[in-house]
Amino acid sequence: MPARPRLDAANPPDISALGRRGAWPDGNSWGSMTDLSRRYDVLVVGGGNAALCAAIAARRAGASVLVLEAAPKFYRGGNTRHTRNMRCAHDSATETLSGPYTEEEFFDDLLRVTGGRTDEDLARLMIAESKEVLDWIQAQGVRFQPSLGGTLSLGRTNSFFLGGGRAMLNALYLTAERLGVAVRYEAEVVGLDIADGMFLAATVRTEGREHRVEADMLITACGGFEANIEWLKQGWGEAAENFLIRGTPYNRGTVLRMLLDAGVQPIGDPTQCHAVAIDARAPKFDGGIITRLDCVVFGIVVNRDGQRFYDEGEDIWPKRYAIWGRLVAQQPGQIAYIVFDAPALTQFMPSLYPPITADSIRALAEKLDLDPRALEATVARFNAAVRPGTFDHTILDDCRTEGLDPPKTHWARRIETPPFHAYPVRPGITFTYLGVRVDREARMVMADGTRAANMFAAGEIMAGNVLGQGYAAGIGMTIGSVFGRIAGRAAAAELHRRRNARRDAA
Amino acid sequence: MTLHTPPGHASAPLAEADRLMTVCNSCRYCEGLCAVFPAMEMRRSFADGDLNYLANLCHACGACYVDCQFAPPHAFQVNVPQTLAAVRADSYRRYAWPAALAPIFDRNGLWIALIAALAVAAFIAGFVAWNDAAVLFGTHTGPGAFYRLMPHDAMVAVFGAAFLYAILALAMGLRAFWRDIGEPAATLAEPASLWQAVKDAATLRNLDGGGVGCYGADERPTDNRRLYHHFTFYGFLLCFAATSVATLHHYGLGRIAPYPWWDLPVVLGTVGGIGLLIGPAGLLAAKWTRDPALRDDARFGMDAAFLAMLFLTSLTGLLLLMLRATPAMGMLLALHLGVVFAFFLTMPYGRFVHGLYRFAALVRYAKERRQMAEAPAGSA
Ligand SMILES: Cc1cc2nc3c(=O)[nH]c(=O)nc-3n(C[C@H](O)[C@H](O)[C@H](O)COP(=O)(O)OP(=O)(O)OC[C@H]3O[C@@H](n4cnc5c(N)ncnc54)[C@H](O)[C@@H]3O)c2cc1C
Ligand code: SF4
Ligand code: SF4
Repeated sequence: MPARPRLDAANPPDISALGRRGAWPDGNSWGSMTDLSRRYDVLVVGGGNAALCAAIAARRAGASVLVLEAAPKFYRGGNTRHTRNMRCAHDSATETLSGPYTEEEFFDDLLRVTGGRTDEDLARLMIAESKEVLDWIQAQGVRFQPSLGGTLSLGRTNSFFLGGGRAMLNALYLTAERLGVAVRYEAEVVGLDIADGMFLAATVRTEGREHRVEADMLITACGGFEANIEWLKQGWGEAAENFLIRGTPYNRGTVLRMLLDAGVQPIGDPTQCHAVAIDARAPKFDGGIITRLDCVVFGIVVNRDGQRFYDEGEDIWPKRYAIWGRLVAQQPGQIAYIVFDAPALTQFMPSLYPPITADSIRALAEKLDLDPRALEATVARFNAAVRPGTFDHTILDDCRTEGLDPPKTHWARRIETPPFHAYPVRPGITFTYLGVRVDREARMVMADGTRAANMFAAGEIMAGNVLGQGYAAGIGMTIGSVFGRIAGRAAAAELHRRRNARRDAA
Repeated sequence: MTLHTPPGHASAPLAEADRLMTVCNSCRYCEGLCAVFPAMEMRRSFADGDLNYLANLCHACGACYVDCQFAPPHAFQVNVPQTLAAVRADSYRRYAWPAALAPIFDRNGLWIALIAALAVAAFIAGFVAWNDAAVLFGTHTGPGAFYRLMPHDAMVAVFGAAFLYAILALAMGLRAFWRDIGEPAATLAEPASLWQAVKDAATLRNLDGGGVGCYGADERPTDNRRLYHHFTFYGFLLCFAATSVATLHHYGLGRIAPYPWWDLPVVLGTVGGIGLLIGPAGLLAAKWTRDPALRDDARFGMDAAFLAMLFLTSLTGLLLLMLRATPAMGMLLALHLGVVFAFFLTMPYGRFVHGLYRFAALVRYAKERRQMAEAPAGSA
């Protein structure tokens, strides 16, 4: 075998021809034809944003790369498929961003949403890198839509993918394909051979058979465990049976479990997940963004017994959006009903399912299978407690209840104009917080504090490093792209380091 | 899971389009791709007229299908391009004037082929009946060569009548469309909206998949339909210009066809004709290789017939130009005139109407866009 040339950052391999159409070196190995018996430099587990950014970065740095994606081609890309935007720092307005968003401001936002539960060093690194990633990701073919003046308040901080997350993924896969990254779909990693923090091989199940795949470097970018109901039960008990999973059914945490069992240091709250209230009629998995309901502040929310249980007007909706999943999860049967009257119907974003509608509260209760007397009493009590005020859902207005427990402290208007409407809601799980600890190279940290020899992680599987709790729109994609790119480059650099060391020794 | 099918629509495709627009309106990820989504966002519910407007605004680039996380096999079964294509095709039939001729849209390929064949046969029969064989198969050169086979006045009368009829039928169709979507007539006379629509149509801004090109066989934006459409459209315009200049030559300057190869009508016609060969051929090929999920196979005949007519118009015209000094000229002239006559006659009853309704939809969209931009923020 001829000696491999010395490769490092100063002496990168020539892959310029790879970008051209028709020059796909691994053209035949694309998709299900990928050769699993061959040894690759870098094995990437997962097929979402983090995985593709890692694969592209490693490939561009000269490594041969195999991507193993558990899902079939259509469902490739996990929860990235369902995303819409990413949050990157930038010093001035651009065609797609309406104003500057400094590193300092980003960091303040992160501190606020996490309540300080973030690794400051990694958080600052991520935010600094996010600036460059904004350009880098576009250079990989991802396109953003022009900034929208309209109703979206995120136009300054967040870049919106033109065509959404699946369009973003299509672009990344196309680039990976052109660069000669090998991809295998319907290939779930079910085993990892790890010895003392050193990855040796993975077991992949595909087309009903198991294969052992060896590689020099491992990058895990395969999401959290939100689709694993049994695991969710460890934190939530039987209630988890009634949870709906907003995204992919393929993020089952198989690899996360194996890494933790192999002695990688965990990070993030193992019992918590990001949960919002979504339409109870949504499918168990993959209902995505369109099952979301933004109407809590316009009405009241009652449980199975027809009773209210929380202040629906506590704060403006974007700030309270993410607590309602947990609130509903704590109610009997994990179900609740948002009830409002005719004038409210057109004041929020439309959603997938039509509301359940009736001409009286009694008839509405019957349709919802609630005790009509209980619901009538709740509405009557609420209406009696409403004080006059000037309604404005964009500010903390003065429409509130008095002498009601729990109160509705803003946007309280009597529910009195038929027809009356209701949406049934259940907890919808977005992602989990538990992950693996990493360092500034996205390299895994073992339980004893040492660095893993050749294992890296990116995306949701390590999000807990910067996102100990809470969430800020678009940060999931930032974590994936930034740490994906870091992991891909670091893995390739480690590879070159070793090869060069071996070469120099020979 | 049951998918909610909204009641109260005139057809199954319209009901499906309503369902999809409700899905899309709660998603809106595609809002940057084309005109359809912003227009949809201005509405909360979708009556048949709204859906016919949106369907005619859609340029069938395919981007929103390959970008959709809810496309089949997902349970939500979202396929906007295919559904809007079906609605659009049905709308052509719905607006046809006179209504008695609407069934031509049902078996459009067959009808157009039949009409074309009959027209060609009629011209040949006419040439044979009015001329003796020596003239029909003779060689004619110099000014007035064509008119030795068919007098100029007869030509003008026959084609003028067919053309005027087509214009009338198209205008009535446009009126029906405009009423259906519920737009006041005055919008069609707003210079700003018209100019914006002209720019959008001239560049096919909405057929670029949001900037990368439109989609054919798979999720790679490699389709060249925009290019082929430009060949077709501008080829058609050049041919039209050739005819107009020739008319000016005839009546204004007293110069009688055929014209020498360097003369404006011939140059325009030749360049346009070449465009009308490349464009339709490319579009037809693209149709064949397209992902079946993006095609509306039931209307394949209509699309193919229209493209074939354009292609044949050009092919017979170019052949006539090349062989006009040979004994084949007589038959070629009959062939060409027959095809052109059939093309005029069937314009209101085939794929040609897409240009009219789409342009009109773009005019309305331009107006709505402007109104949105002027509306006070936060009203949505
Ligand atoms: C409805 C919804 C909307 C969202 N919107 C946004 C948004 O607008 N902006 C934002 O920043 N974030 C958003 N998020 C969060 C965002 O989706 C995640 O943060 C992000 O997708 C994580 O990226 P990832 O690459 O780490 O994981 P994913 O994108 O989930 O990818 C994980 C991949 O790993 C694969 N996989 C899992 N297990 C295995 C295995 N054992 N073997 C092989 N492959 C495996 C999966 O199939 C999948 O392809 C949203 C989430 C949801 C559910
Ligand atoms: S086509 Fe799909 S992704 Fe696009 S707006 Fe509609 S539902 Fe959303
Ligand atoms: S097919 Fe193209 S033009 Fe038609 S709605 Fe979809 S994105 Fe818009």
